[in-house]
Amino acid sequence: MQVLTDNLDLFVLGFTNTGIMFVISAVFALLLGSVIGILRISPSAPMRAVGTVYVNTLRNTPLALLMMFFALGYPKLGLPALDYFTLATVALVLYTASYVAEVFRSGVNSIDKGQTEAARAIGLSFGQVMWVVLLPQAFRNVVPPLMSVFIAALKNTTVASGFSVMQAGAISANMSERGENLLVTLLWVALFFFILVMGLAALQRKFERKWAQS
Amino acid sequence: MSYATQELFDVPGPKARRRSNIAGFITVAIVVLIVAFIVYQLYRSGQLDARKWQTFTFPMVQQEILRTTMSTMNAFIVGALLALGLGVLLLLGRLSPVRWVTVAFSWVTETFRAIPLLILMMLLYYGLPVIGATFVTPFVAVVGGLMIYNGSVFAEIFRAGIQSLPSGQSEAGYAIGLTRGQVLRVILAPQAIRNMLPTIISQLVVALKDTALGFMVTYPELLYLAKFYGTQFQYGSPIIPAAIVMGSIYIALCLLMSFIAVRVEKWSSSDSKRTKEIPQYE
Repeated sequence: MQVLTDNLDLFVLGFTNTGIMFVISAVFALLLGSVIGILRISPSAPMRAVGTVYVNTLRNTPLALLMMFFALGYPKLGLPALDYFTLATVALVLYTASYVAEVFRSGVNSIDKGQTEAARAIGLSFGQVMWVVLLPQAFRNVVPPLMSVFIAALKNTTVASGFSVMQAGAISANMSERGENLLVTLLWVALFFFILVMGLAALQRKFERKWAQS
Repeated sequence: MSYATQELFDVPGPKARRRSNIAGFITVAIVVLIVAFIVYQLYRSGQLDARKWQTFTFPMVQQEILRTTMSTMNAFIVGALLALGLGVLLLLGRLSPVRWVTVAFSWVTETFRAIPLLILMMLLYYGLPVIGATFVTPFVAVVGGLMIYNGSVFAEIFRAGIQSLPSGQSEAGYAIGLTRGQVLRVILAPQAIRNMLPTIISQLVVALKDTALGFMVTYPELLYLAKFYGTQFQYGSPIIPAAIVMGSIYIALCLLMSFIAVRVEKWSSSDSKRTKEIPQYE
């Protein structure tokens, strides 16, 4: 307990930054992921190809490698300087977006074919089929797996600690400078993650129950 | 996967085709612009200079890269096998007829799944030595982390696989006098494994990607090497070339496994169609 109370500043700073990084990357991954997801099911073949290449490449790249490109590679490009926090967040957004895109695509594909056929039979265009008929229904199927993607994103924020970003995963490195007990420190970090993830999982179950009957 | 979305739109007429061509052209143009910009920036900042890539032409360095690829695969294979074992163990615990055992094992599974893998590895590597565990090498930390995290994920996959089978399967097994273990081994497991194989392989891809976290506990895998060569000053600190070289190896390995996953998925789904047809004959 002493380890926690003596270094509360570090823990609070670490988990605040993790929270900020998580919220920013969740929001932007949701936006980018829906665009990519729509690309993947669009009528235009080049658009589908771009979406597929994006998803397949990003999903087969380790997040740590992506962060290395951004955190260590980007500053060498001679572009406007950005801090490590921003660069790591961009990497996390690009990575998470590929998973969001897949969730959207399978959500739309899970809707009964008759829905699309009926919508098309009454003369709706692709855009209208999507907005008026498919997406509102897909939304329900999509929320639980989307929450799993976000839970993964929350845990993935810790990868940034390899690239000088102060967040929950980097608490232990700072604590070792203060000469604190690392085992206890890491157990506290693990406990806080456990609580956060359980909270998100409870939210997920709530959504699932809410929409299960329909 | 374009065939799967075919019912979303009509066969395009001339007008729709033109519109779709324009949209496709714009998309491609945007992508080309982005890629061209990145390549131009790489060129302008001298990342494509021969000097920066020179390091990777030395046979010594190439051998080192090969060795490191092997040690990456080594950690992955050992970690994956142990994870599968732990997954089965956690599954058996959760299926136990004793209530408190089930509850305990499901808490353990949930806990392992909720802790970020990196924190698990750091707990093993930096945490355990505090209480005098001297056996924790970087390899042990990476493999242990992979085992604990993926083991709990596998346990969930297995459980979902077994619960998705119709309950008539196990009831029929009990009816002919099989024990719990026999029902699980002879009736449920063979069917569940085939259904779950694609999911298991894609989780293995995740495990392979996660070996990249090893560089934070100083395990000599590909990213560790990329960082090492990338900071060699006498070759002009080629961090971007190093990341490109090591990254390509990682991506190639993962793509290969994903490809296998897709093939297996096709194979197992066509197989299950065949088994669905058999009862109709009888």
